[in-house]
Amino acid sequence: MSQTNESWGSRIGLILAMAGNAVGLGNFLRFPVQAVQNGGGAFIIPYLVCFLLMGIPLLFIEWSSGRFGGKFGNHSTPYILDSMVKGRVLKYIGVFGIFTNIAVVSYYAYIESWTMSYVYHSLTGTFSGMSQSEVAGFFDSYIDIAHSTTGIPYEAVLFYILCLTINVYILSKGLKGVEKVAKIGMPLLILFGIILAARGYTLGTSGASETFPDANAWDGLNFLWTPQYSSLLDLKVWMAAAGQIFFTLSVGMGTIHCYAAYLKSKDDVALNAVSAGFMNEFVEVVLGSAIVIPIAAGYLGLDWVLNNAGFGMAFQTMPYLFQQWGPFLAAMAGFMWFGLLFFAGITSSLAMGTPWMGFMRDEFGWSSNKGAWTFGALALIMGLPTVFFYQQGVFDEYDYWAGTVSLVVFAMMETILFSWIFGMKKGWKEITDGADIVVPRIYKFIIKFITPVMLIVVFLGSVFAPKDNDWSGNFKSLFSGDGWALSNASIIKTISQSGLKEQLAVATDPMVIESLNDKMFYINMARIMLMGLFIFISLLVYLAFNKRRKEGRATL
Amino acid sequence: MNTEALIMLIGAQGVVISLMCYFFYRVLTTPPNPEPDSYSENDDVVR
Repeated sequence: MSQTNESWGSRIGLILAMAGNAVGLGNFLRFPVQAVQNGGGAFIIPYLVCFLLMGIPLLFIEWSSGRFGGKFGNHSTPYILDSMVKGRVLKYIGVFGIFTNIAVVSYYAYIESWTMSYVYHSLTGTFSGMSQSEVAGFFDSYIDIAHSTTGIPYEAVLFYILCLTINVYILSKGLKGVEKVAKIGMPLLILFGIILAARGYTLGTSGASETFPDANAWDGLNFLWTPQYSSLLDLKVWMAAAGQIFFTLSVGMGTIHCYAAYLKSKDDVALNAVSAGFMNEFVEVVLGSAIVIPIAAGYLGLDWVLNNAGFGMAFQTMPYLFQQWGPFLAAMAGFMWFGLLFFAGITSSLAMGTPWMGFMRDEFGWSSNKGAWTFGALALIMGLPTVFFYQQGVFDEYDYWAGTVSLVVFAMMETILFSWIFGMKKGWKEITDGADIVVPRIYKFIIKFITPVMLIVVFLGSVFAPKDNDWSGNFKSLFSGDGWALSNASIIKTISQSGLKEQLAVATDPMVIESLNDKMFYINMARIMLMGLFIFISLLVYLAFNKRRKEGRATL
Repeated sequence: MNTEALIMLIGAQGVVISLMCYFFYRVLTTPPNPEPDSYSENDDVVR
């Protein structure tokens, strides 16, 4: 084992890095869309309840597990879990904490590269004079890598490689590099967010046009915040709120463990965890709700927003809306919007590099430089198929298995391990040791009983996701003996590719059939890549175990 | 904005902003642990 001299420069640096890890593109793009689709203002109530009952407990668990593992010189989840729970197999659960990060960064860095490219295009006036459909078309052309939008050949690939290189370079500087980016990036992100949110709150009806005479930013805000109490009784809303809390905090990834592993045992984790958590909530609830939806409603009307709300709005709609502010302000707004998304992205993608680097240093004595460049190489090998075959579904497949299912599985297992196998007596001591705040004792009960149950429900909700996302209707159907209709997005149906098979069954056009068969091939290829990565990391954990055994350090 | 939406907006954002500010205030005002601690920037500070 290699002893590391790495440490955080300051407490604020650590909190900003942790908050930067959590704050991502979803804060600005996923949260407002989830709110729009789940009852507007009523969504915030289950959302905050889930934050208190699932989000904060998971933060406590991951921060304290990380610090505990760090005491034994472990900086990645396989041996952090191993130091907590003695058992030869349990360290392989920790493989998720490295696998997820490499798989996610491989496509996440692609989105990050779009934001870099769009900063460039905003500043050079590419979108100037474009209609809404032309701006949307620009994005489609951009991701069609064979077709260059700017004369730069393979522009999307170049920006992707440039983005990965920047990440790797910063990571090669170790924790100090990550901390420096967080200290610059997070304040800038908040500043840009506040300026754009101020525009969202003051736009009012001034964006109405002949095409959209009823456009009104207040309608967007009204819809987002008017509570529709009836939706509180809808299970769908609670599932969506739990899912949003889960993904916004970057829990279940192994990055929080890794960052916290550089703390010393007497240092606080409780106050740090809630500070970083609430900073993420500030960016999401206060800034995230005030940009995309009100500005889009202010120019295109609420009906358009309700029909088109989605992730694509960031790239396909926002540049057009900014053009309404005149050339200079459009360039500045584009720079701030995509700059904000870039900082949100890079502070998260940097965090994803640290578990691999920590593992390779702890187990095989690798330097930060070597760890960072191999991380980049792995991300590139895994990521190029998402760039070249984006439209064939490789990107979505990675996102589903690595960016969604893996997180839920790992968080569920680590919570059960922490609460029931490591035990709440030791767990509570780990959370409260050195704490600079008094952690309410109710959290001992919540972490032991409520959080695991909520995570099991979220997991089962993914396995058995009902058709049309109609939870209440499907429960009625189940209890009346009519069975449970599964959605094609459920894990069960996704494994068997039911959706694609249904499309193939009704397709008659040979071109469509060929395209669907191609898609199935690329999806299978993506699955093989992901499984290969998981097996590769498991093998490394096994080799590390053998090495430890020879050195007399292994847990048997 | 209608009154209900405004109350919800101010309530939710007020809670989030207040708690974030409170926790950051606690972080900034809590005296650091005696050396050696986890943070390298204060390594030369004698307490």
